[in-house]
Amino acid sequence: MRAGFAGFWRNAFVSLASTMVLSFALFVIGVLIFLGAMLDTSLGQLRDKVDINVYFLTTAPEEEILSLKEQIETLPEVEFVEYVSREEALQEFRFRHENDQLILEALDELEDNPLGATLNVKARETSQYEGIAKFLDSNETLSADGRGEIIDRINYFQNKAAIDKLSGIIDSAQTISFAIALLLIIISVAMTFNTVRLAVFTAKDEIGVMKLVGASNRYARGPFVVEGIFSGILSAFIALILFYPLTLWLGPSTETFFGAISVFDYYLNNFGQIFLIMLFSGILLGGGSSYLAVRRYLKI
Amino acid sequence: MINFDSVTKIYSDDSIALDSVTFDVSPKEFLSIVGASGAGKSTILKMLLAEEKPTEGAVFFERVDVGSLGKKELNLHRRRIGTVFQDFKLLPGKTAYENIAFAMEVAGRSDEEINSDVPHVLDLVDLSDKAWNFPNELSGGEKQRLAIARAIINQPDVVIADEPTGNLDPLNTEEIVQILKKINDLGTTVILTTHNKQVVDSLGKRVITLDRGRIVRDDNRGRYIL
Repeated sequence: MRAGFAGFWRNAFVSLASTMVLSFALFVIGVLIFLGAMLDTSLGQLRDKVDINVYFLTTAPEEEILSLKEQIETLPEVEFVEYVSREEALQEFRFRHENDQLILEALDELEDNPLGATLNVKARETSQYEGIAKFLDSNETLSADGRGEIIDRINYFQNKAAIDKLSGIIDSAQTISFAIALLLIIISVAMTFNTVRLAVFTAKDEIGVMKLVGASNRYARGPFVVEGIFSGILSAFIALILFYPLTLWLGPSTETFFGAISVFDYYLNNFGQIFLIMLFSGILLGGGSSYLAVRRYLKI
Repeated sequence: MINFDSVTKIYSDDSIALDSVTFDVSPKEFLSIVGASGAGKSTILKMLLAEEKPTEGAVFFERVDVGSLGKKELNLHRRRIGTVFQDFKLLPGKTAYENIAFAMEVAGRSDEEINSDVPHVLDLVDLSDKAWNFPNELSGGEKQRLAIARAIINQPDVVIADEPTGNLDPLNTEEIVQILKKINDLGTTVILTTHNKQVVDSLGKRVITLDRGRIVRDDNRGRYIL
Protein backbone atom coordinates (compact mmCIF):
# COMPACT_ATOMS: atom_id res chain seq x y z
CA MET A 1 0.00 0.00 0.00
CA ARG A 2 2.62 2.47 1.18
CA ALA A 3 4.96 1.32 -1.60
CA GLY A 4 2.19 1.80 -4.16
CA PHE A 5 1.59 5.42 -3.20
CA ALA A 6 5.30 6.16 -2.99
CA GLY A 7 5.73 4.61 -6.43
CA PHE A 8 2.96 6.79 -7.83
CA TRP A 9 4.65 10.02 -6.74
CA ARG A 10 8.20 8.98 -7.56
CA ASN A 11 7.34 7.87 -11.09
CA ALA A 12 5.24 10.98 -11.50
CA PHE A 13 5.72 11.20 -15.26
CA VAL A 14 4.79 7.59 -15.99
CA SER A 15 1.87 7.80 -13.55
CA LEU A 16 0.69 11.00 -15.19
CA ALA A 17 0.72 9.36 -18.61
CA SER A 18 -1.30 6.35 -17.50
CA THR A 19 -3.70 8.53 -15.50
CA MET A 20 -4.31 10.66 -18.58
CA VAL A 21 -5.00 7.66 -20.78
CA LEU A 22 -7.24 6.18 -18.10
CA SER A 23 -9.14 9.45 -17.80
CA PHE A 24 -9.65 9.43 -21.54
CA ALA A 25 -10.92 5.85 -21.47
CA LEU A 26 -13.34 6.69 -18.65
CA PHE A 27 -14.41 9.81 -20.50
CA VAL A 28 -15.29 7.67 -23.51
CA ILE A 29 -17.29 5.35 -21.28
CA GLY A 30 -19.06 8.39 -19.81
CA VAL A 31 -19.91 9.78 -23.24
CA LEU A 32 -21.37 6.38 -24.12
CA ILE A 33 -23.52 6.45 -21.01
CA PHE A 34 -24.87 9.88 -21.96
CA LEU A 35 -25.42 9.01 -25.62
CA GLY A 36 -27.14 5.78 -24.63
CA ALA A 37 -29.49 7.64 -22.31
CA MET A 38 -30.29 10.27 -24.95
CA LEU A 39 -30.91 7.64 -27.61
CA ASP A 40 -33.07 5.61 -25.24
CA THR A 41 -35.34 8.52 -24.37
CA SER A 42 -35.77 9.69 -27.94
CA LEU A 43 -36.44 6.16 -29.21
CA GLY A 44 -38.83 5.67 -26.32
CA GLN A 45 -40.73 8.78 -27.31
CA LEU A 46 -40.98 7.61 -30.90
CA ARG A 47 -42.20 4.24 -29.75
CA ASP A 48 -44.87 5.86 -27.58
CA LYS A 49 -46.37 7.42 -30.64
CA VAL A 50 -47.05 4.08 -32.26
CA ASP A 51 -50.25 2.22 -31.49
CA ILE A 52 -53.08 0.29 -33.17
CA ASN A 53 -56.55 1.73 -33.30
CA VAL A 54 -59.51 -0.57 -33.69
CA TYR A 55 -62.55 1.30 -35.03
CA PHE A 56 -65.94 -0.27 -34.30
CA LEU A 57 -69.15 0.01 -36.20
CA THR A 58 -71.62 2.47 -34.71
CA THR A 59 -73.97 -0.47 -34.19
CA ALA A 60 -71.47 -2.48 -32.14
CA PRO A 61 -72.84 -3.15 -28.64
CA GLU A 62 -70.67 -1.78 -25.86
CA GLU A 63 -70.48 -5.04 -23.87
CA GLU A 64 -69.01 -6.86 -26.88
CA ILE A 65 -66.40 -4.20 -27.31
CA LEU A 66 -65.52 -4.42 -23.62
CA SER A 67 -65.27 -8.20 -23.77
CA LEU A 68 -62.94 -7.89 -26.78
CA LYS A 69 -60.93 -5.38 -24.79
CA GLU A 70 -60.55 -7.92 -21.99
CA GLN A 71 -59.48 -10.56 -24.49
CA ILE A 72 -56.84 -8.27 -25.95
CA GLU A 73 -55.58 -7.40 -22.50
CA THR A 74 -54.80 -11.06 -21.82
CA LEU A 75 -52.29 -11.10 -24.71
CA PRO A 76 -48.77 -11.09 -23.25
CA GLU A 77 -47.39 -8.61 -25.78
CA VAL A 78 -50.01 -5.95 -24.99
CA GLU A 79 -49.03 -3.21 -22.56
CA PHE A 80 -52.40 -1.53 -22.23
CA VAL A 81 -55.69 -1.01 -24.04
CA GLU A 82 -57.58 2.24 -23.92
CA TYR A 83 -61.33 2.29 -24.60
CA VAL A 84 -62.83 5.39 -26.18
CA SER A 85 -66.64 5.24 -26.18
CA ARG A 86 -68.80 6.74 -28.91
CA GLU A 87 -69.68 9.72 -26.73
CA GLU A 88 -66.07 10.38 -25.87
CA ALA A 89 -65.15 10.11 -29.53
CA LEU A 90 -67.83 12.67 -30.39
CA GLN A 91 -66.68 15.04 -27.67
CA GLU A 92 -63.14 14.78 -28.86
CA PHE A 93 -64.25 15.37 -32.41
CA ARG A 94 -66.18 18.49 -31.41
CA PHE A 95 -63.28 19.74 -29.38
CA ARG A 96 -60.87 19.25 -32.29
CA HIS A 97 -63.16 21.15 -34.65
CA GLU A 98 -64.47 23.76 -32.24
CA ASN A 99 -63.44 26.55 -34.61
CA ASP A 100 -65.08 25.00 -37.62
CA GLN A 101 -68.73 26.06 -37.55
CA LEU A 102 -69.61 24.20 -40.74
CA ILE A 103 -68.66 20.82 -39.40
CA LEU A 104 -70.32 21.44 -36.06
CA GLU A 105 -73.52 22.47 -37.75
CA ALA A 106 -73.43 19.44 -40.00
CA LEU A 107 -72.95 17.30 -36.93
CA ASP A 108 -75.97 18.87 -35.27
CA GLU A 109 -78.05 18.07 -38.35
CA LEU A 110 -77.44 14.37 -37.84
CA GLU A 111 -79.83 12.53 -35.63
CA ASP A 112 -77.40 9.96 -34.40
CA ASN A 113 -73.78 10.07 -33.35
CA PRO A 114 -71.92 9.10 -36.55
CA LEU A 115 -68.75 8.04 -34.73
CA GLY A 116 -67.97 4.49 -33.59
CA ALA A 117 -66.11 3.52 -30.44
CA THR A 118 -62.38 2.79 -30.64
CA LEU A 119 -59.83 0.69 -28.79
CA ASN A 120 -56.29 2.03 -28.72
CA VAL A 121 -53.86 -0.85 -28.25
CA LYS A 122 -50.32 -0.28 -27.12
CA ALA A 123 -47.75 -3.07 -27.45
CA ARG A 124 -44.63 -3.56 -25.34
CA GLU A 125 -42.41 -3.76 -28.45
CA THR A 126 -43.03 -2.16 -31.82
CA SER A 127 -42.32 -5.49 -33.53
CA GLN A 128 -45.30 -7.05 -31.75
CA TYR A 129 -47.96 -4.97 -33.48
CA GLU A 130 -48.16 -7.37 -36.36
CA GLY A 131 -49.11 -10.27 -34.09
CA ILE A 132 -51.72 -8.19 -32.29
CA ALA A 133 -53.20 -7.02 -35.58
CA LYS A 134 -53.40 -10.61 -36.81
CA PHE A 135 -55.17 -11.65 -33.63
CA LEU A 136 -57.71 -8.88 -34.10
CA ASP A 137 -58.16 -9.76 -37.73
CA SER A 138 -58.98 -13.39 -36.98
CA ASN A 139 -61.22 -12.27 -34.13
CA GLU A 140 -63.15 -10.14 -36.55
CA THR A 141 -64.26 -13.17 -38.56
CA LEU A 142 -64.86 -15.19 -35.40
CA SER A 143 -67.23 -12.64 -34.01
CA ALA A 144 -69.48 -13.03 -37.02
CA ASP A 145 -71.38 -15.77 -35.21
CA GLY A 146 -74.84 -14.57 -36.05
CA ARG A 147 -74.50 -11.27 -34.27
CA GLY A 148 -72.66 -9.74 -37.16
CA GLU A 149 -69.35 -8.02 -37.35
CA ILE A 150 -68.60 -5.29 -34.91
CA ILE A 151 -65.20 -4.09 -36.17
CA ASP A 152 -65.20 -1.49 -38.89
CA ARG A 153 -61.47 -1.38 -39.59
CA ILE A 154 -58.06 -1.72 -37.96
CA ASN A 155 -55.65 1.03 -38.81
CA TYR A 156 -52.61 -1.20 -38.45
CA PHE A 157 -52.96 -2.39 -42.02
CA GLN A 158 -53.01 1.17 -43.26
CA ASN A 159 -50.01 2.14 -41.12
CA LYS A 160 -48.16 -1.12 -41.54
CA ALA A 161 -45.43 0.29 -43.77
CA ALA A 162 -44.71 3.17 -41.40
CA ILE A 163 -44.71 0.97 -38.31
CA ASP A 164 -42.44 -1.61 -39.94
CA LYS A 165 -40.01 1.05 -40.98
CA LEU A 166 -39.99 2.64 -37.56
CA SER A 167 -39.34 -0.63 -35.78
CA GLY A 168 -36.57 -1.30 -38.28
CA ILE A 169 -35.00 2.07 -37.50
CA ILE A 170 -35.30 1.55 -33.76
CA ASP A 171 -33.73 -1.91 -33.99
CA SER A 172 -30.82 -0.82 -36.14
CA ALA A 173 -30.23 2.32 -34.08
CA GLN A 174 -29.89 0.11 -31.03
CA THR A 175 -27.64 -2.40 -32.80
CA ILE A 176 -25.40 0.30 -34.23
CA SER A 177 -25.09 2.18 -30.97
CA PHE A 178 -24.27 -1.07 -29.17
CA ALA A 179 -21.60 -1.95 -31.76
CA ILE A 180 -20.03 1.50 -31.57
CA ALA A 181 -20.07 1.42 -27.78
CA LEU A 182 -18.42 -2.01 -27.78
CA LEU A 183 -15.77 -0.89 -30.26
CA LEU A 184 -14.95 2.29 -28.32
CA ILE A 185 -14.76 0.37 -25.07
CA ILE A 186 -12.43 -2.21 -26.61
CA ILE A 187 -10.21 0.56 -28.02
CA SER A 188 -9.99 2.41 -24.72
CA VAL A 189 -9.34 -0.76 -22.75
CA ALA A 190 -6.58 -1.76 -25.18
CA MET A 191 -5.07 1.71 -24.98
CA THR A 192 -5.11 1.72 -21.19
CA PHE A 193 -3.68 -1.76 -21.03
CA ASN A 194 -0.80 -0.88 -23.33
CA THR A 195 0.06 2.29 -21.46
CA VAL A 196 0.05 0.49 -18.14
CA ARG A 197 2.12 -2.28 -19.68
CA LEU A 198 4.73 0.27 -20.75
CA ALA A 199 4.69 1.75 -17.26
CA VAL A 200 5.22 -1.68 -15.76
CA PHE A 201 7.87 -2.50 -18.36
CA THR A 202 10.04 0.29 -16.97
CA ALA A 203 9.91 -1.56 -13.66
CA LYS A 204 10.63 -4.99 -15.15
CA ASP A 205 14.08 -5.24 -13.52
CA GLU A 206 12.66 -4.15 -10.22
CA ILE A 207 10.15 -7.01 -10.30
CA GLY A 208 12.96 -9.39 -11.23
CA VAL A 209 15.05 -8.28 -8.25
CA MET A 210 12.10 -8.70 -5.91
CA LYS A 211 11.57 -12.24 -7.16
CA LEU A 212 15.26 -13.12 -6.79
CA VAL A 213 15.27 -11.86 -3.24
CA GLY A 214 12.41 -14.25 -2.57
CA ALA A 215 9.39 -11.97 -2.73
CA SER A 216 6.06 -13.68 -3.23
CA ASN A 217 4.08 -12.79 -6.34
CA ARG A 218 1.62 -10.93 -4.17
CA TYR A 219 4.32 -8.81 -2.61
CA ALA A 220 5.89 -7.94 -5.97
CA ARG A 221 2.56 -7.22 -7.60
CA GLY A 222 0.93 -5.32 -4.74
CA PRO A 223 2.49 -1.88 -5.26
CA PHE A 224 1.71 -1.90 -8.99
CA VAL A 225 -1.90 -2.87 -8.46
CA VAL A 226 -2.31 -0.22 -5.74
CA GLU A 227 -0.72 2.31 -8.08
CA GLY A 228 -3.08 1.23 -10.86
CA ILE A 229 -6.16 1.45 -8.64
CA PHE A 230 -5.06 4.84 -7.36
CA SER A 231 -4.67 6.26 -10.85
CA GLY A 232 -8.01 4.65 -11.77
CA ILE A 233 -9.75 6.50 -8.93
CA LEU A 234 -7.98 9.74 -9.81
CA SER A 235 -9.01 9.31 -13.46
CA ALA A 236 -12.64 8.73 -12.48
CA PHE A 237 -12.66 12.07 -10.65
CA ILE A 238 -10.95 13.86 -13.53
CA ALA A 239 -13.46 12.49 -16.05
CA LEU A 240 -16.41 13.33 -13.79
CA ILE A 241 -15.17 16.86 -13.26
CA LEU A 242 -14.67 17.29 -17.02
CA PHE A 243 -18.27 16.28 -17.63
CA TYR A 244 -19.66 19.12 -15.53
CA PRO A 245 -18.79 22.05 -17.82
CA LEU A 246 -19.23 19.88 -20.91
CA THR A 247 -22.79 18.81 -20.12
CA LEU A 248 -23.65 22.30 -18.89
CA TRP A 249 -22.55 23.65 -22.25
CA LEU A 250 -24.24 20.92 -24.32
CA GLY A 251 -27.37 20.76 -22.20
CA PRO A 252 -29.63 23.19 -24.14
CA SER A 253 -28.68 21.85 -27.57
CA THR A 254 -29.27 18.21 -26.58
CA GLU A 255 -32.63 19.29 -25.22
CA THR A 256 -33.72 20.58 -28.62
CA PHE A 257 -32.00 17.86 -30.62
CA PHE A 258 -33.24 14.82 -28.71
CA GLY A 259 -36.44 16.51 -27.71
CA ALA A 260 -36.57 14.94 -24.31
CA ILE A 261 -34.06 15.75 -21.62
CA SER A 262 -31.08 17.99 -21.21
CA VAL A 263 -27.83 16.06 -20.87
CA PHE A 264 -26.94 18.32 -17.96
CA ASP A 265 -30.11 17.40 -16.07
CA TYR A 266 -29.34 13.77 -16.76
CA TYR A 267 -25.83 14.27 -15.36
CA LEU A 268 -27.17 15.88 -12.18
CA ASN A 269 -30.05 13.46 -11.68
CA ASN A 270 -27.96 10.33 -12.19
CA PHE A 271 -24.77 11.65 -10.64
CA GLY A 272 -24.56 8.87 -8.05
CA GLN A 273 -24.96 6.13 -10.61
CA ILE A 274 -22.52 7.70 -13.08
CA PHE A 275 -20.04 8.29 -10.27
CA LEU A 276 -20.17 4.65 -9.23
CA ILE A 277 -19.85 3.37 -12.79
CA MET A 278 -16.85 5.61 -13.42
CA LEU A 279 -15.20 4.73 -10.13
CA PHE A 280 -15.76 1.03 -10.60
CA SER A 281 -14.54 1.08 -14.22
CA GLY A 282 -11.50 3.12 -13.19
CA ILE A 283 -10.55 0.70 -10.43
CA LEU A 284 -11.15 -2.28 -12.68
CA LEU A 285 -9.24 -0.82 -15.62
CA GLY A 286 -6.31 0.52 -13.59
CA GLY A 287 -5.96 -2.33 -11.14
CA GLY A 288 -6.75 -5.05 -13.67
CA SER A 289 -4.32 -3.75 -16.29
CA SER A 290 -1.53 -3.55 -13.71
CA TYR A 291 -2.32 -7.01 -12.44
CA LEU A 292 -2.12 -8.50 -15.92
CA ALA A 293 0.89 -6.42 -16.97
CA VAL A 294 2.99 -7.51 -14.00
CA ARG A 295 2.09 -11.15 -14.43
CA ARG A 296 4.51 -11.82 -17.27
CA TYR A 297 7.51 -10.55 -15.30
CA LEU A 298 6.77 -12.71 -12.29
CA LYS A 299 7.82 -15.94 -13.99
CA ILE A 300 11.42 -15.98 -12.74
CA MET B 1 25.17 -28.28 2.17
CA ILE B 2 25.10 -27.52 -1.56
CA ASN B 3 25.52 -30.32 -4.02
CA PHE B 4 25.68 -30.16 -7.82
CA ASP B 5 25.10 -33.65 -9.21
CA SER B 6 26.20 -34.10 -12.86
CA VAL B 7 24.49 -30.89 -13.84
CA THR B 8 24.26 -30.16 -17.56
CA LYS B 9 22.66 -27.05 -18.99
CA ILE B 10 22.11 -26.74 -22.71
CA TYR B 11 20.51 -23.51 -23.98
CA SER B 12 20.66 -24.63 -27.61
CA ASP B 13 22.61 -27.26 -29.55
CA ASP B 14 25.64 -25.06 -30.07
CA SER B 15 25.59 -23.42 -26.64
CA ILE B 16 26.31 -25.79 -23.79
CA ALA B 17 26.64 -23.71 -20.61
CA LEU B 18 27.47 -26.55 -18.22
CA ASP B 19 28.67 -30.06 -19.02
CA SER B 20 28.02 -32.61 -16.23
CA VAL B 21 29.36 -30.48 -13.40
CA THR B 22 29.64 -32.14 -9.99
CA PHE B 23 30.85 -30.51 -6.74
CA ASP B 24 29.88 -29.99 -3.09
CA VAL B 25 30.01 -26.93 -0.88
CA SER B 26 30.28 -27.38 2.89
CA PRO B 27 28.83 -25.00 5.45
CA LYS B 28 30.99 -21.96 6.26
CA GLU B 29 33.11 -22.53 3.21
CA PHE B 30 34.43 -19.66 1.03
CA LEU B 31 34.38 -20.89 -2.57
CA SER B 32 35.59 -18.93 -5.57
CA ILE B 33 34.52 -19.99 -9.03
CA VAL B 34 36.76 -18.64 -11.76
CA GLY B 35 36.89 -18.88 -15.53
CA ALA B 36 36.71 -16.83 -18.68
CA SER B 37 33.48 -15.11 -19.68
CA GLY B 38 30.99 -17.70 -20.84
CA ALA B 39 32.65 -20.53 -18.91
CA GLY B 40 29.42 -21.11 -16.99
CA LYS B 41 30.07 -19.31 -13.69
CA SER B 42 26.85 -17.32 -13.66
CA THR B 43 24.83 -20.32 -14.82
CA ILE B 44 25.90 -22.19 -11.69
CA LEU B 45 24.62 -19.36 -9.49
CA LYS B 46 21.36 -19.10 -11.45
CA MET B 47 20.80 -22.82 -10.93
CA LEU B 48 21.29 -22.42 -7.20
CA LEU B 49 18.57 -19.73 -7.18
CA ALA B 50 16.44 -21.89 -9.49
CA GLU B 51 16.37 -19.02 -11.93
CA GLU B 52 17.43 -21.65 -14.49
CA LYS B 53 16.70 -25.36 -14.36
CA PRO B 54 19.26 -28.04 -15.27
CA THR B 55 18.78 -29.87 -18.56
CA GLU B 56 20.22 -32.96 -16.86
CA GLY B 57 21.26 -33.72 -13.29
CA ALA B 58 20.07 -31.91 -10.16
CA VAL B 59 21.06 -29.18 -7.72
CA PHE B 60 20.53 -29.94 -4.03
CA PHE B 61 20.37 -27.45 -1.18
CA GLU B 62 20.46 -29.30 2.13
CA ARG B 63 19.37 -32.47 0.31
CA VAL B 64 16.36 -30.80 -1.31
CA ASP B 65 16.23 -30.73 -5.11
CA VAL B 66 16.05 -27.01 -5.90
CA GLY B 67 14.52 -27.62 -9.33
CA SER B 68 11.51 -29.37 -7.83
CA LEU B 69 10.48 -26.57 -5.46
CA GLY B 70 6.98 -25.15 -5.75
CA LYS B 71 6.28 -21.42 -5.94
CA LYS B 72 6.05 -20.84 -2.19
CA GLU B 73 8.98 -23.08 -1.27
CA LEU B 74 11.01 -21.35 -3.95
CA ASN B 75 10.39 -17.96 -2.32
CA LEU B 76 11.44 -19.39 1.05
CA HIS B 77 14.51 -20.99 -0.53
CA ARG B 78 15.58 -17.70 -2.10
CA ARG B 79 15.25 -15.92 1.24
CA ARG B 80 17.93 -18.25 2.63
CA ILE B 81 20.38 -17.05 -0.01
CA GLY B 82 21.73 -13.53 -0.15
CA THR B 83 22.66 -12.47 -3.66
CA VAL B 84 25.10 -9.79 -4.83
CA PHE B 85 25.15 -9.00 -8.55
CA GLN B 86 27.75 -7.37 -10.77
CA ASP B 87 25.23 -4.70 -11.80
CA PHE B 88 24.01 -4.31 -8.18
CA LYS B 89 20.32 -4.69 -9.11
CA LEU B 90 19.20 -2.11 -6.58
CA LEU B 91 15.69 -0.73 -6.85
CA PRO B 92 16.16 2.75 -8.35
CA GLY B 93 12.91 4.08 -6.90
CA LYS B 94 13.87 3.27 -3.31
CA THR B 95 16.39 4.92 -1.00
CA ALA B 96 19.35 3.00 0.40
CA TYR B 97 17.40 2.42 3.60
CA GLU B 98 14.30 1.21 1.72
CA ASN B 99 16.36 -1.07 -0.52
CA ILE B 100 17.40 -2.98 2.56
CA ALA B 101 14.07 -2.67 4.32
CA PHE B 102 12.23 -4.20 1.37
CA ALA B 103 14.32 -7.38 1.55
CA MET B 104 13.18 -7.68 5.18
CA GLU B 105 9.55 -6.96 4.28
CA VAL B 106 9.76 -9.71 1.68
CA ALA B 107 10.84 -12.10 4.41
CA GLY B 108 7.86 -11.04 6.49
CA ARG B 109 9.79 -9.23 9.22
CA SER B 110 8.03 -6.73 11.46
CA ASP B 111 8.45 -2.95 11.30
CA GLU B 112 10.24 -2.96 14.68
CA GLU B 113 12.78 -5.46 13.43
CA ILE B 114 13.28 -3.42 10.27
CA ASN B 115 13.77 -0.22 12.24
CA SER B 116 16.39 -1.81 14.47
CA ASP B 117 18.27 -3.99 11.94
CA VAL B 118 18.57 -1.67 8.92
CA PRO B 119 20.63 1.07 10.63
CA HIS B 120 22.84 -1.62 12.09
CA VAL B 121 23.67 -3.23 8.74
CA LEU B 122 24.08 0.19 7.07
CA ASP B 123 26.69 0.91 9.71
CA LEU B 124 28.38 -2.42 9.00
CA VAL B 125 28.95 -1.48 5.34
CA ASP B 126 29.75 2.12 6.30
CA LEU B 127 26.74 3.74 4.58
CA SER B 128 24.97 5.27 7.59
CA ASP B 129 25.28 8.79 6.19
CA LYS B 130 23.80 7.72 2.83
CA ALA B 131 20.69 6.03 4.20
CA TRP B 132 18.30 8.45 2.48
CA ASN B 133 20.10 8.68 -0.84
CA PHE B 134 18.75 6.97 -3.94
CA PRO B 135 21.03 4.50 -5.77
CA ASN B 136 21.80 6.96 -8.58
CA GLU B 137 23.31 9.27 -5.95
CA LEU B 138 25.81 6.60 -4.82
CA SER B 139 29.21 5.68 -6.26
CA GLY B 140 29.88 2.19 -7.69
CA GLY B 141 31.56 1.00 -4.52
CA GLU B 142 28.77 2.40 -2.34
CA LYS B 143 26.13 0.71 -4.50
CA GLN B 144 27.89 -2.63 -4.13
CA ARG B 145 28.20 -2.19 -0.38
CA LEU B 146 24.50 -1.44 -0.27
CA ALA B 147 23.80 -4.58 -2.32
CA ILE B 148 25.85 -6.62 0.16
CA ALA B 149 23.95 -5.07 3.05
CA ARG B 150 20.70 -6.15 1.38
CA ALA B 151 22.10 -9.64 0.80
CA ILE B 152 23.02 -10.22 4.44
CA ILE B 153 20.16 -8.43 6.22
CA ASN B 154 18.10 -11.60 6.61
CA GLN B 155 21.07 -13.59 7.93
CA PRO B 156 21.13 -16.00 5.00
CA ASP B 157 22.84 -19.40 5.08
CA VAL B 158 24.69 -18.60 1.86
CA VAL B 159 25.81 -15.39 0.19
CA ILE B 160 26.44 -15.70 -3.52
CA ALA B 161 28.31 -12.90 -5.26
CA ASP B 162 28.28 -12.87 -9.05
CA GLU B 163 31.29 -10.82 -10.25
CA PRO B 164 30.70 -8.29 -7.48
CA THR B 165 33.87 -6.39 -8.32
CA GLY B 166 33.44 -6.44 -12.09
CA ASN B 167 32.46 -2.79 -12.25
CA LEU B 168 34.74 -1.48 -9.51
CA ASP B 169 38.20 0.07 -9.27
CA PRO B 170 40.98 -1.77 -7.33
CA LEU B 171 40.40 0.18 -4.11
CA ASN B 172 36.67 -0.54 -4.00
CA THR B 173 37.36 -4.12 -5.08
CA GLU B 174 39.59 -4.66 -2.06
CA GLU B 175 36.94 -3.18 0.21
CA ILE B 176 34.22 -5.51 -1.14
CA VAL B 177 36.49 -8.57 -0.79
CA GLN B 178 37.22 -7.64 2.83
CA ILE B 179 33.50 -7.35 3.58
CA LEU B 180 32.81 -10.75 1.99
CA LYS B 181 35.64 -12.26 4.02
CA LYS B 182 34.19 -10.78 7.18
CA ILE B 183 30.79 -12.24 6.37
CA ASN B 184 32.42 -15.64 5.91
CA ASP B 185 34.34 -15.32 9.16
CA LEU B 186 31.03 -14.72 10.94
CA GLY B 187 29.89 -18.16 9.75
CA THR B 188 28.10 -17.62 6.44
CA THR B 189 28.95 -19.70 3.38
CA VAL B 190 30.16 -17.48 0.53
CA ILE B 191 30.26 -18.39 -3.15
CA LEU B 192 32.08 -15.86 -5.29
CA THR B 193 32.43 -15.86 -9.06
CA THR B 194 35.08 -13.65 -10.56
CA HIS B 195 37.69 -13.37 -13.25
CA ASN B 196 39.84 -11.05 -11.17
CA LYS B 197 43.14 -12.88 -10.57
CA GLN B 198 44.25 -10.59 -7.76
CA VAL B 199 41.07 -11.14 -5.77
CA VAL B 200 41.34 -14.93 -5.95
CA ASP B 201 45.04 -15.03 -5.17
CA SER B 202 44.70 -12.74 -2.17
CA LEU B 203 41.95 -14.89 -0.64
CA GLY B 204 43.87 -18.18 -0.49
CA LYS B 205 40.64 -20.21 -0.27
CA ARG B 206 39.05 -23.00 -2.33
CA VAL B 207 38.93 -22.29 -6.08
CA ILE B 208 36.98 -24.12 -8.79
CA THR B 209 38.15 -23.35 -12.32
CA LEU B 210 35.65 -23.68 -15.17
CA ASP B 211 36.45 -23.91 -18.85
CA ARG B 212 33.69 -24.08 -21.43
CA GLY B 213 31.20 -25.55 -18.99
CA ARG B 214 33.52 -28.15 -17.45
CA ILE B 215 35.37 -28.16 -14.12
CA VAL B 216 39.07 -28.30 -14.95
CA ARG B 217 40.47 -27.67 -11.43
CA ASP B 218 39.23 -27.81 -7.85
CA ASP B 219 41.94 -26.74 -5.38
CA ASN B 220 41.45 -26.27 -1.66
CA ARG B 221 43.93 -23.43 -1.37
CA GLY B 222 43.76 -22.39 -4.95
CA ARG B 223 45.11 -19.71 -7.17
CA TYR B 224 43.84 -18.25 -10.40
CA ILE B 225 45.37 -20.43 -13.12
CA LEU B 226 44.03 -20.60 -16.65
